[in-house]
Amino acid sequence: MQQAEIIPHLFRTEYRKIVSVLCKRFGAGHIETAEDIASDTFLTASQVWALHGVPSNAVAWLYRVAQNKAHNYLRRHRLFETKISPELKHSLPSNTDMDIDLSPKNINDSQLQMMFAICHPSIPPESQIGLSLRILCGFGIEEIANAFLTNKETINKRLFRAREKLREEKISIELPAEADIQKRLDAVLTTIYLLFSEGYYSESQHTVIRRDLCSEAIRLCHMLIENQNTNTPEANALLSLMCFHASRFDARVDKNGEPVLYDDQDTSLWDSDLISKGAYFLNCSARGNHLSRYHLEAAIAYWNTQKEDTREKWEQILQLYNQLLQLEYSPIAALNRTYALARANGKQQAIAEAEKLKLHNNHYYYMLLGELYTETDTATARMHFAKAMTMARTAYDKKTIQSKLDKLR
Amino acid sequence: MEEYALIMRHEDGKKVASPEQIQQWMKQTMDWIGGIAAQNKFVSGTGLPFDEARTVTNRDAKKVVTNGPFGEIKETIGGLIVVRAESVEEAVEFAKGCPVLQGEGNSVEVRKIARKDGMH
Repeated sequence: MQQAEIIPHLFRTEYRKIVSVLCKRFGAGHIETAEDIASDTFLTASQVWALHGVPSNAVAWLYRVAQNKAHNYLRRHRLFETKISPELKHSLPSNTDMDIDLSPKNINDSQLQMMFAICHPSIPPESQIGLSLRILCGFGIEEIANAFLTNKETINKRLFRAREKLREEKISIELPAEADIQKRLDAVLTTIYLLFSEGYYSESQHTVIRRDLCSEAIRLCHMLIENQNTNTPEANALLSLMCFHASRFDARVDKNGEPVLYDDQDTSLWDSDLISKGAYFLNCSARGNHLSRYHLEAAIAYWNTQKEDTREKWEQILQLYNQLLQLEYSPIAALNRTYALARANGKQQAIAEAEKLKLHNNHYYYMLLGELYTETDTATARMHFAKAMTMARTAYDKKTIQSKLDKLR
Repeated sequence: MEEYALIMRHEDGKKVASPEQIQQWMKQTMDWIGGIAAQNKFVSGTGLPFDEARTVTNRDAKKVVTNGPFGEIKETIGGLIVVRAESVEEAVEFAKGCPVLQGEGNSVEVRKIARKDGMH
């Protein structure tokens, strides 16, 4: 790897580890200090490596520099605290526990604990995602702003509020007690799923960032599964779901960036390795007696990796959506359910049920109606697609609708 | 928005139909409930199997336990779902779609759920 590439690459993989370890060591209230030391480490690296070349073990080099910087910080900090607030003396690090432990085990533990701290219920969801991207995925502020289609200032504000909350609420960086893990894990899984969806469905044109978002979400979920305390059926189901979806990442867009609809996708571009991983984790999720939305969505995603249209496929998908909607309503699940109903029970019944959904503010609703009337009533189909076109916001959706309209002629 | 219980009354299907027929009814019931859930109007619901059914009755000031009901008559309760609806008319429209009503004499009772405001 060239030197120009190696620093961004190491930043992506090592920044989060250094921040997590330091933050765990300093406490969540000092998250900015941890971030500063980690950033400073990379600054030093870029200066020194430009002059002397990249050291043979670059990662160890980074850890050593981070350790030294952290020690210096602690030394200054201790001096400050012993003079200014002697009553805190007992809580101050002695020379022996000044060690910054950058062993693989502590790195993993710290990152996992960091995930729970960031997904604390007192931090608003959008800040959780922002902070996860920054701290756990090593994203730059500009990259986060791009992913969210907003500006750097907004992202900085969100991150500021999140850090403030960590401090105010005195959130500790540790795994929640076993009794709380399940409940707290829900928030962690939601954030991971949002991260993934942000990458998978984002309106952002930055394909590389979007792909990174998806793989980072998968990586974080993997980390949960590697730890015995957080290796729950739900976490496995979520990982399975993301693997199945991600398997189609390359097939969804053609060389010119045009959307390729599911039916037209070249299945040879589907990632069979990810599909097998999805199947593996789906199997792992099949234990316990709690059926989560992730289980149902993973099962639906499994059927979507089966390109062949069989009666069984659509009947299964329909029943899974029936269950999913009982568990948790969402307009998109209602629309997908109605599409599955059309494939399993026929378009006539689906049209009758679609009319009852009344999702008049949703362009996907009109796309569904257009789809259901295609073949039987071209004029009505065109009317619905045209309505969808006036409401669609993204270029991707507009292109999709246009290709549907073109097929009508 | 009010909540209504739709109480299904019918014979025990196992006594009158083949496993395939029962499977078909199950699918229809799931599709019916899914259709209500797709309108964000489903609250909760459950089937009520007849196995191990018991009835406790006050007879001469004594609590007498008997087996059953066995689902032999069309008036036995086989299940219920709770839906959200703007009016009883809307709840009745949901009830009309219930697959149980394919059987002559079966019924779906529509009952408003008491609000937990101390007024009922």
